[in-house]
Amino acid sequence: MAYDKFNILTSSAVPLPIENVDTDQIIPARFLKATERKGFGDNLFRDWRYNSDGTPKEHFVLNNPIYSGKILVGGKNFGSGSSREHAAWAVYDYGFRCVVSSFFADIFRGNCLNIGVLPVQVSPAFLDKIFTAIEADPKTELEINLPDETITILATGESESFEINEYKKQNMLNGFDDIDYLLNIQDDIEKYAENTPL
Amino acid sequence: MSKTLFDKVWDSHVVKHIENGPDVLFIDRHLVHEVTSPVAFLGLKNRGIKVLYPERTFATADHNTPTRNQHLPVKDPLSANQLKALEENANAHNIPYWGLGHKKNGIVHVIGPENGITVPGATIVCGDSHTSTHGAFGAIAFGIGTSEVEMVLSTQCIMQPKPKSMRINVNGALSEAVTPKDVALFIISKLSTSGATGYFVEYAGDVFKNMSMEGRMTVCNLSIEMGARGGMIAPDEKTFDYIKGREYTPKGNDWDAAMEYWKTLYSDEDAVFDKEVTFDASEIEPMITFGTNPGMGIGISNNIPLAETIDGAVATYKKSLEYMDYNEGEAMVGKPIDFVFLGSCTNGRIEDFRAFASIVKGRKKADNVTAWLVPGSHKVEEAIKEEGILDILEDAGFELREPGCSACLAMNDDKIPAGKYAVSTSNRNFEGRQGPGARTLLASPLVAAAAAVTGKVTDPRELMHEEAFA
Repeated sequence: MAYDKFNILTSSAVPLPIENVDTDQIIPARFLKATERKGFGDNLFRDWRYNSDGTPKEHFVLNNPIYSGKILVGGKNFGSGSSREHAAWAVYDYGFRCVVSSFFADIFRGNCLNIGVLPVQVSPAFLDKIFTAIEADPKTELEINLPDETITILATGESESFEINEYKKQNMLNGFDDIDYLLNIQDDIEKYAENTPL
Repeated sequence: MSKTLFDKVWDSHVVKHIENGPDVLFIDRHLVHEVTSPVAFLGLKNRGIKVLYPERTFATADHNTPTRNQHLPVKDPLSANQLKALEENANAHNIPYWGLGHKKNGIVHVIGPENGITVPGATIVCGDSHTSTHGAFGAIAFGIGTSEVEMVLSTQCIMQPKPKSMRINVNGALSEAVTPKDVALFIISKLSTSGATGYFVEYAGDVFKNMSMEGRMTVCNLSIEMGARGGMIAPDEKTFDYIKGREYTPKGNDWDAAMEYWKTLYSDEDAVFDKEVTFDASEIEPMITFGTNPGMGIGISNNIPLAETIDGAVATYKKSLEYMDYNEGEAMVGKPIDFVFLGSCTNGRIEDFRAFASIVKGRKKADNVTAWLVPGSHKVEEAIKEEGILDILEDAGFELREPGCSACLAMNDDKIPAGKYAVSTSNRNFEGRQGPGARTLLASPLVAAAAAVTGKVTDPRELMHEEAFA
């Protein structure tokens, strides 16, 4: 499924300054029972966000109306654990288009790229600056510039570049996905398979 | 040019290299289960395409299946719907499907090796992070997301940049009661849960050479818990003996040809790894975790580390201890527990049940403990019965359940209640992993058994010595 194009995103951000946020927190396993990709945003961070009776936990950032935006900013080693793409779906479905952290778990990062959520890895020092800026003003905006591969805190003008490989960058800019690419080289794949016994 | 084991397998599977981008990697064998596949099959339907090589994909039901009364219809309508979707998708695409009740059914990473789907030098993927298990056979095996499941179904390829390489050496001899699980938890405690992110690991040294195939599977299984994509061990005679004659391994001349290739699968002597770490086996003791990620493990006789001594965010560390309702500096031995879970793709194989039985034999399950003993597959279940282990377990007051992932991720009814402590042989102690509010202590089957009969965290060596003097 081709996804949304990503170019320049300017938005306020939701801060989650916790390390090792694992995919079981992003979406607990009991919410993985759907056979279609919809509604996962309702259960994003379910057990941090809601009490067992379904009432919102007041202190969790997603329940705090002063924070909003299309960018989620997390602590180091964001997305560790399970390979469940549902975690990336939940992030997307909730309305985020970009996750910023100083370090991402591999599979989560790949899953995000595959569905059109941009993972932006920044230095630990820059991550601290973002958290500080949001703390000072929850409405502070970040600019994620994919063509230039930069992230900027608009209020202070502080900026850092981030890395993304050229292939994935083009996919994100154009809304292509890997299957489009693979179906295009199916002849090469079939030639390879002929020489590869089971 | 000299190559690592990983290079040899990876490079031979690259269909196409994209400059400044990922490799197109051919996948030899693909495992699917009910939870991460339905949206991928839906994607194929929406594109109007079929599975390209259905003979390279195998399907089983394991993640949300009940571990009791599997002959009855599944009660949870959402789980039942997912199982039905898998069966229909497998049938529609001519994929072998081993559903509930099938004699080959079990946890996807247990049945792969059992049936010879897992072979050296292969690329193996599954929409499950513990696919790294299959690396024990010298395969490149790793977990993928659902978009990638769709890629494999439709084109038998995925697109991944080649990871960096890391070799982890553990030399010397393991001490008493130190199992493969302890070796893995020890390494993760040293490297942290992100210490190997971006790397593919090769395990080498005396300890892995001397380890059984089951043990190697446990170690490779936990590679993902240090952030690595996967881990692998060079195949040797032990590997070949294990797989020979299994249903999907090559036979006759094909076997001979395969063996010729498999014997080339080792890291060349002068191969260079991007990172290399070495540990001394004698430093490792039976391990247990005290926090909310698998890197928060200590030798069982140690105390919970003080916040000031840890490497990482203190606030995160304290939040973790608060969740566990533990304090820094406390001893782990003697802490009361409520549940014991023996099972999962990490420790649900026959060797794990043998180890558990060796401790509970002649003892009784503690009254305050609820124990869930869940074999990794029907074949494991059969072996438990054939070897007389079931009798030992039942005499000690334990009940054996039917195979599945069970309380490892608690998608079925096997949920640890909020606030309760479970000593689990599974792989993740994340908040709520085993049920909302559940508190997990990861450990080996020996430590789990010691907890099951004493009702508290207990060093299994104590019980083993008790036995020796009895």
